[in-house]
Amino acid sequence: MPSLGADMTEGTVLEWLVAPGDVVHRGDIVAVVDTTKSAVEVECFDDGVVASLDVDPGTKVPVGTVLAHLTDADGGTAVAGPPAAPDTHAGDAAEPDAAAAPAPAAPPTATRLPHRGGPGRISPLARRLADELGVDLATVHGTGLHGVIRAEDVRAAAASTPATGAASPPVAGHDAPARALDMRRSIAALMTRSNTEIPHYHLALTVDLHRTLEWVRERNLELSLAERLVPAACLLRATALAAREVPELNGHWVEDAFRPAEHVDLGLILSLRSGGLLVPAIAGAEELDAVAMMTRVRDLTRRARGGRLRGSDLDPPSLTVSNLGDQGVESVAGVIYPPQVALVGFGAVSERPWAVDGMLGVRPLVTVTLAADHRATDGAIGSRFLKALDRALQDPASTMEQKER
Amino acid sequence: MTGTAADAATTTPTTPGDPARPDPVAMLRQMLLIRRFEEKCVELYSATRIRGFLHLCIGEEATAVGVLGALGPQDAVVSTYREHGHALARGLPAAEVMAELYGRATGCSRGRGGSMHLFDASRRFYGGNAIVAGGLPLAVGLALADAMRDRPVVTAAIFGDGAFAEGELHESANLAALWHLPVLFCCENNLYAMGTSLKREHANTDLAARAASYGMVARTVDGMDVEEVRAAVDEAVASIRRGEGPVFLELQTYRYRAHSMYDPDRYRDKAEIEHYRQRDPIALLTTRLLDGGRLTTADVDRLETDVAAEVEAAVAAAEAGPTEPVADLTRFLRTHPADAGQGGPVRASGPDEGGAP
Amino acid sequence: MTTTLHDPTRPATRATTYREALREAHRDAMQRDDRVFLMGEDVGRYGGSYAVSLGLLEEFGEERVRDTPLSESGFTGAGIGAALGGLRPIVEIMTVNFSLLALDQILNNAATLRHMSGGQVSVPLVIRMTTGGGRQLAAQHSRSLEAYYAHIPGITVLAPATLEDARGMLWPALQDPDPVVIFEHGTLYNLAGELPEEPEPVDIAHAAVRRAGTDVTLIGYGGTVWRALAAADDLAGRGIEAEVLDLRVLRPLDDEAVLGSVARTHRAVVVDEGWRSVGIAAEVSARIAEGALYELDAPVERVCGVEVPVPYPKHLEDAALPQVADVVAAARRAVGDYA
Repeated sequence: MPSLGADMTEGTVLEWLVAPGDVVHRGDIVAVVDTTKSAVEVECFDDGVVASLDVDPGTKVPVGTVLAHLTDADGGTAVAGPPAAPDTHAGDAAEPDAAAAPAPAAPPTATRLPHRGGPGRISPLARRLADELGVDLATVHGTGLHGVIRAEDVRAAAASTPATGAASPPVAGHDAPARALDMRRSIAALMTRSNTEIPHYHLALTVDLHRTLEWVRERNLELSLAERLVPAACLLRATALAAREVPELNGHWVEDAFRPAEHVDLGLILSLRSGGLLVPAIAGAEELDAVAMMTRVRDLTRRARGGRLRGSDLDPPSLTVSNLGDQGVESVAGVIYPPQVALVGFGAVSERPWAVDGMLGVRPLVTVTLAADHRATDGAIGSRFLKALDRALQDPASTMEQKER
Repeated sequence: MTGTAADAATTTPTTPGDPARPDPVAMLRQMLLIRRFEEKCVELYSATRIRGFLHLCIGEEATAVGVLGALGPQDAVVSTYREHGHALARGLPAAEVMAELYGRATGCSRGRGGSMHLFDASRRFYGGNAIVAGGLPLAVGLALADAMRDRPVVTAAIFGDGAFAEGELHESANLAALWHLPVLFCCENNLYAMGTSLKREHANTDLAARAASYGMVARTVDGMDVEEVRAAVDEAVASIRRGEGPVFLELQTYRYRAHSMYDPDRYRDKAEIEHYRQRDPIALLTTRLLDGGRLTTADVDRLETDVAAEVEAAVAAAEAGPTEPVADLTRFLRTHPADAGQGGPVRASGPDEGGAP
Repeated sequence: MTTTLHDPTRPATRATTYREALREAHRDAMQRDDRVFLMGEDVGRYGGSYAVSLGLLEEFGEERVRDTPLSESGFTGAGIGAALGGLRPIVEIMTVNFSLLALDQILNNAATLRHMSGGQVSVPLVIRMTTGGGRQLAAQHSRSLEAYYAHIPGITVLAPATLEDARGMLWPALQDPDPVVIFEHGTLYNLAGELPEEPEPVDIAHAAVRRAGTDVTLIGYGGTVWRALAAADDLAGRGIEAEVLDLRVLRPLDDEAVLGSVARTHRAVVVDEGWRSVGIAAEVSARIAEGALYELDAPVERVCGVEVPVPYPKHLEDAALPQVADVVAAARRAVGDYA
């Protein structure tokens, strides 16, 4: 069956125009074939005598099928092969080609961009499911490419552990009442554990903020509206500096021993309008000056309130800060987030009488408190921490800008 | 008696000429309207009331009026981006054309086309086409539809000499001749394709001879003399209506102004422009009518006053016209059932009764 | 090739091919509406370059089965003009490769006139053309340029993959008051299968699920639907249930169907013979990213034509075009089957 068109893979013999015994010449029309496009006359490419017709009219055969055999006109040896179709065709196995050409090393269609998999990567669906199922992604083992966490990993984690004890409360969602309830349960479990396991000690120090506030006022004159500082940024900066100076309070109590953290990852307690708490972390806070700290806080707060925290935002902090100044309270007697070993509290900044050099004046004051784990440290270390924090706030010009490094 | 001719023209200011009876006074008035309209456009463009490209046909009024006047309302027209004159001569109200240049909803294309895309389906005016020769295949198709429906209709394709360098012209000429279609090919040869002269663009500048090579009747006509243009088109239209196939007319004309509004116009000298101004189509016809006693100078003054008033009224209407709401940006992208009969300019008198055949 | 899509429980079917189904659709349309006519290169005496119109000349005459010169721009523009003039032309352009010569008419006139005229005219025109490779016809006969047309506002772009659509899409396309471009993949003309004796109407607005599945959605159109179906068979043997979505309509895309399927399977593989950059697959992927990001459990995979002119030799052409094995591999990556 000759190939009579590029898209022809088979054909039907409609009619034979020769019979066995007929003498045929090159160019003679010997048959009519239906290609499904039309009836096409098939010509013969050799001289000879028709020996046999091998396909009956009405029969559909693939391109390349032998239709007839010829013998030499003088009755000699058989001339094999079909009257046409000297070459291969689309429907055939491409052996000649495969032999002739080396196979490409890789399928060229695989020109896709490489997927950047790896531990810590989480598929969008997995992230959504973790949120919905209350699964802590930090506890999920990823089975995707190079450890990507996929939906099935989250489902498996949800099936193996009940939705409690989540270190990071879930992030926003559709079913608000149920979520709030979950979050309450989660906080209850965590705080109960803290109060049960951790022997807290509490220290307090009142700090004069007038230099810091003056520095903030002057610095803000140079900053754009979007960059403007609020005093809380300085409190966080001072906390981070103090934590670097007193590393005994910056870390985790794990398996009856204190493990100092490499960086100051400052947990920030945010209360949600819908109730409950979020504790996103400012990773590497010791590297951030007040302006950079402000940017991070602003960004984190906005995303937290919008329900769009990233996984890395919810990495466990090394030290947590509770700033209830906005709420107008004077001081905070904090409860430590296990396995951390301390929590720093800030009350409201308020103008109060304050003696300086024997004179009574009115100064902006804040009461800073420290709740610390007595297993890890004693009061002396806690005191050193608070004094370091105070010092940082008394010399803002040199502590609030990133100059040392 | 001469006064009555002018009166007749003023009472029917913008309708196409009567194909059966060319009226030179009416033709003069139309040429004046086109000239004054476009001169006003220059002024408005300079004052930034009109923006975008603005291709003026000042100097070419005789071809517009001579060709369009010979067509009946059943005939179809496909034009180019230099088509203000064609539109006005086809009878599109000056106010709707001006409103289109202003981009107003009251414009003949609802403000969406602007200067280069004047449409009026109710007058079978299928647009200014800004792709050189791009309208010619449409003309072939319009004529094909008429031929297949046995409608005694002519489609006039108007294009410039620049189109001769485009393949679409040659494909269209061949198709029309091959299928014996009722197409009138009107080539306004103003000697310049944008800024390139005919002889710098074509090995053979005899356009009529080249058109004739496709097997159709082709003639060269003095495009500065409106009466000659009209006579040639009348004859061509009659032959097409008799079923004798397409006709090609090379209308030799000239534009005084730049290709578009403020081109540098470095490609030709002032003497050449002045030479053609001496053969100004409006002056030519005015002198002829004055000399022949068909008009008095007072009649001409009255025509001028009348035309000036029409142009001023068009500007005032355009200025007052509403704009399309941005919410309608994508309206008319596709035919929506709710838009049936809603196309075309916004008119105080209600929706346009025209539309797709 | 044999279609596996047809429901054997339907009564009164008959064997036919994609080509014959198209031919019937033309015959039917020309019988139903005397404004309908076909024009193009070799549609008449030759019987159509792909024999779609074989026999129609004898039935309907030279006026309505109109051979044209090799003037793609001229006769496509004439189709637009005839549509303006009240007829319902079907313009056959031999292949999408040659349609570039008519792109001015399609873009600047057919797709534009209605909006540019402020809604005064419509262009009820159908343009059919062959697309795609796989037949060793080399670069200038093998391109898949559907994306060029799907880019253009003002036209509808269809890609019939099945006998039902080959038979059914033409009539609704002719009923559309605006231009419709129909792409017929060159490898499909010989597709054989069954159609009901009484053809059933099809819509030209929606994608269709050709095989239901739960693990991954294989999205294709035209010729690639069949490769996706073959891949789905292979994947089933590996325990992966693939859903195959036939886009059918390339403009406007059926977002709901795409996003709905991805929401069920959470993984998508888009199969497109067109070049990968800025193509149909790119557009579908972008819409999935816009509308179903939080449904995705794996990056969207694209299996597209390699970005070269399609070469003549079979082994190179095969390497240049999406193959079943490529689709299978992409789907396995998507579901995380790295074995």
